[in-house]
Amino acid sequence: MDDLIGQPLDRIDGRVKVTGRAVYAYEHDVPNAAYAVMVVSSIANGRIASMDTRAAEQAQGVLLVITHQNSLKVPGAQNQSKTSPPGHAVQALQDDVVYYANQPIGVVVAETFADAIAGAQLVQVTYAPQPPQMDLESRLADAYAPDKAGGGGDPAASHRGDVQAGMAEAKKSIDYVYRTPFEVHNPMEPHATIAVWNAPDRLTIYDATQGVFSDRGRVASVFGLPPENVRVISPYLGGGFGSKGPVWSHVILAAMAAKQAKRPVKLAVTRPQMFGMLGCRSETRQAIAMGAKSDGAITALRDDTVSHTSMFGEFVEAASLPARMLYQSPNNSTSQRLVRSNIGQPSYMRAPGEASGTYGLEAAMDEMAYALKMDPVEFRLKNYAETDPEENKPWSSKSLRECYLQGAKHFGWSKRPLEPRSMQDGNALIGWGMATSVYPTRRSVSNASARLNVDGTFSVDAGTQDLGTGTYTIMTQVAAEAFGVDAKQVRFRLGDTILPQTPVSGGSQTAASTGSAVHLASQALREKLIQMAIRDARSPLSGLGAQDVILNKGRLYARSNPARGETFRELILRSGQPHVEAKAEAKPGAEKDHYSMYAFGAQFAEARVDADLGQIKVSRMVGCFGAGRILNAKTARSQFLGGMIWGISMALYEYAAVDKRLGRWVNNNLAEYHVPVNADIGKIEAIWVDEKDDHVNPIGAKGIGEIGITGAAAAIANAVFHATGKRVRDLPITLDKVML
Amino acid sequence: MDDQESKPALQVSRREFVEVAVVSGLAAGVPAAAQTPEIKPRIVNCTFTINKQKQELQIDPRVTLLDLLREHLKLTGTKKGCDHGQCGACTVLVDGRRINSCLTLAIMQNGREITTIEGLAAGSQLHPMQTAFIEHDGFQCGYCTPGQVCSAVALLDEVKAGAPSAVTPRMGEIRPIELSDDEIRERMSGNICRCGAYEGIVAAVREAAGRRRV
Ligand code: FES
Ligand code: FES
Repeated sequence: MDDLIGQPLDRIDGRVKVTGRAVYAYEHDVPNAAYAVMVVSSIANGRIASMDTRAAEQAQGVLLVITHQNSLKVPGAQNQSKTSPPGHAVQALQDDVVYYANQPIGVVVAETFADAIAGAQLVQVTYAPQPPQMDLESRLADAYAPDKAGGGGDPAASHRGDVQAGMAEAKKSIDYVYRTPFEVHNPMEPHATIAVWNAPDRLTIYDATQGVFSDRGRVASVFGLPPENVRVISPYLGGGFGSKGPVWSHVILAAMAAKQAKRPVKLAVTRPQMFGMLGCRSETRQAIAMGAKSDGAITALRDDTVSHTSMFGEFVEAASLPARMLYQSPNNSTSQRLVRSNIGQPSYMRAPGEASGTYGLEAAMDEMAYALKMDPVEFRLKNYAETDPEENKPWSSKSLRECYLQGAKHFGWSKRPLEPRSMQDGNALIGWGMATSVYPTRRSVSNASARLNVDGTFSVDAGTQDLGTGTYTIMTQVAAEAFGVDAKQVRFRLGDTILPQTPVSGGSQTAASTGSAVHLASQALREKLIQMAIRDARSPLSGLGAQDVILNKGRLYARSNPARGETFRELILRSGQPHVEAKAEAKPGAEKDHYSMYAFGAQFAEARVDADLGQIKVSRMVGCFGAGRILNAKTARSQFLGGMIWGISMALYEYAAVDKRLGRWVNNNLAEYHVPVNADIGKIEAIWVDEKDDHVNPIGAKGIGEIGITGAAAAIANAVFHATGKRVRDLPITLDKVML
Repeated sequence: MDDQESKPALQVSRREFVEVAVVSGLAAGVPAAAQTPEIKPRIVNCTFTINKQKQELQIDPRVTLLDLLREHLKLTGTKKGCDHGQCGACTVLVDGRRINSCLTLAIMQNGREITTIEGLAAGSQLHPMQTAFIEHDGFQCGYCTPGQVCSAVALLDEVKAGAPSAVTPRMGEIRPIELSDDEIRERMSGNICRCGAYEGIVAAVREAAGRRRV
């Protein structure tokens, strides 16, 4: 059909999800599977002095207890370097060292889940602990500069112009420290793995993973297998948000346990155990200074960010990146530094870098606007970057100006008094705030295949993942549009390493990467089918030029005469072939050398703050985004709204509290680690600017999974300031902080 | 001020710290009071009606209703998000009322009628709530969805029966409850959706309620 791309098609996987028939990792029906439960460390630093497993081994149903004393030795699990990326260093019971609380130190394998849990409780552990290193502020002097920062491998520091001179030139200036806390992804589906050894050197893994192929590669290298001997299957994912990108310890332990128990093993991480071994968003300390002339032109901007990494690997929470490119500041410097702490490896969490960084930068922008007594939108427009000021490259496309204007109009921003504490409704102080959203557009090499089946339907395959992001649906739309058929005529398969190779679903790159591959494979098949028809004397289309054939409504027909044509079924039956197939690879081209590629947006929020109790509610929120071609208006809206709700969560709720004496998480459960529930969300709207970008990739999609959270927390923080006149510079903004 | 309060409880010396850690050296993540020398296997005979089918089962008394459904009966539509009654992913209907199936042992529900997400549709005919969730995109990953849908179905009956919520106006009066969006949000707040599909969930419940003219 024409223009199927973009239509608000219902989710293809909707029916299986509302009927409970979508099978998630732990739910695959594997015969004879045993249950594994992990034992985790109660200290954050030190060594295991002893582990007594005798009682556990004798308990009902227990088959095996694995500790570092009897574990399978897997040399591939050894860490090579303290700068290895998240998921590279795994804690797979290879030695007695404890780097962080909740580190896996044992696995109990039993006949039933109840047996395994009961057995795990009987494992006795003593430790030789050391005081953990947890505090950021007191160890700033120890912070080191990493080589690179961020998913794009940007340099860890940047300089242009002369910041000191720029600050001297400023009429007004600000200089503050903004802080964001540790956060933990907490997808609703706890991480889970089923491992099946089909032969001593052949492994099948049902895994909750954002990257079946990266999972395969890592597991194969740990166990010393060729990658093709490992198959990873992941048809449905209960969310990931980055935590299911790297391969963490439990995946290796499930495979190890299956090998040692000589049985398939299923292992789920418990909710409390999810705090530690599965990555987190690091706490950040963002020192931001800015100067501006009285007309609002920024003269200088400096952003020095410090975050944590683990004792055994490296990840930079690159919060300073937006400060490099978002505004036309002539004198600019940014830096990233790290301290090593006794925590599990910090890692990618929805908009890593940008989510935290747009909070600091956009709160600072608001403070600067107030210092200048300027409207915050006007101040941003004054410093609008027409080209990338850091890279000196044009944008592939940028609709940020339209986003500011349309978002402001939709929200009713023009009625906003500048003065804080100037709007009230009964006992509620009301404030309006706004901020800018930004997230880079990336893509990686991806493959796909498309096939016309003998019954006239189409099958399209790519190994990729659907985290809830809508992959099943948008890929189906991209393919169906190319064939001119209804979406029901296309069956798209994903989540399996037997399918064409694709990248990890992270960095908002699945639509851009695998969407482009599906587009190219479908176009290639389309061309093939047209050629088959026009070259076949028995086809009614015989002898036509390729450009004279239309594919529409399930048929191929002549442009000049729609009655002259045939169905796909007729075409393939006549050919005598069982199917016709085309494959394609889509890979990044030179676009990156010529353009700076980002999605942008503007977010507007209304906060209502109880004047006496300090309770805060985001009563209204509008996000307007320019994110390239929108492939499905319905699932895209959910992506944007989901991101914005993550922003509300970041602004007001999320905070993984750590006991710095013990290095242990204090609120490692869903009752005390707060995320918004339905009643916390007010009126929330996502709109977008139609954007046509021919540069980013063949389908012109920029990726929308992460842009929604960026800027959202700052918009809310700025609204709270406008409501109360109180500037809170550390997230989350809880009632105690606004009351004081 | 009593003695305990006046102690500087948060200052732990290095040495004390080591002792504390060794004494409490039991692995974290599992309850501490588990020194039972031996667990005697026991089996309890139970009869349930699950999705309209009568089932006679022999059950390990330690098994939760959630694990019975997921692991023993392969009804994996009901999800485990926390196993501690904190997320609602495991919501099922017991005698028509919604409960967190992770918070009850299976044997405690002996004799009851249990409806899971797999039992809501009539053959290929979806329950109106299921249809509304699809139409309004009331989910992304779908992992909270079976719990949300079961909750929403029970919610309509609760409203019909006149059960007030924390946001019901003039709560003391006996009167029909108007199912406002605030009512829906409040009543659906026992089900966390980390994807943040709340807007679609509210729209779905609103529409399904209209269809049933509550
Ligand atoms: S699994 Fe039962 S409430 Fe979370
Ligand atoms: S749809 Fe993913 S948690 Fe609700």
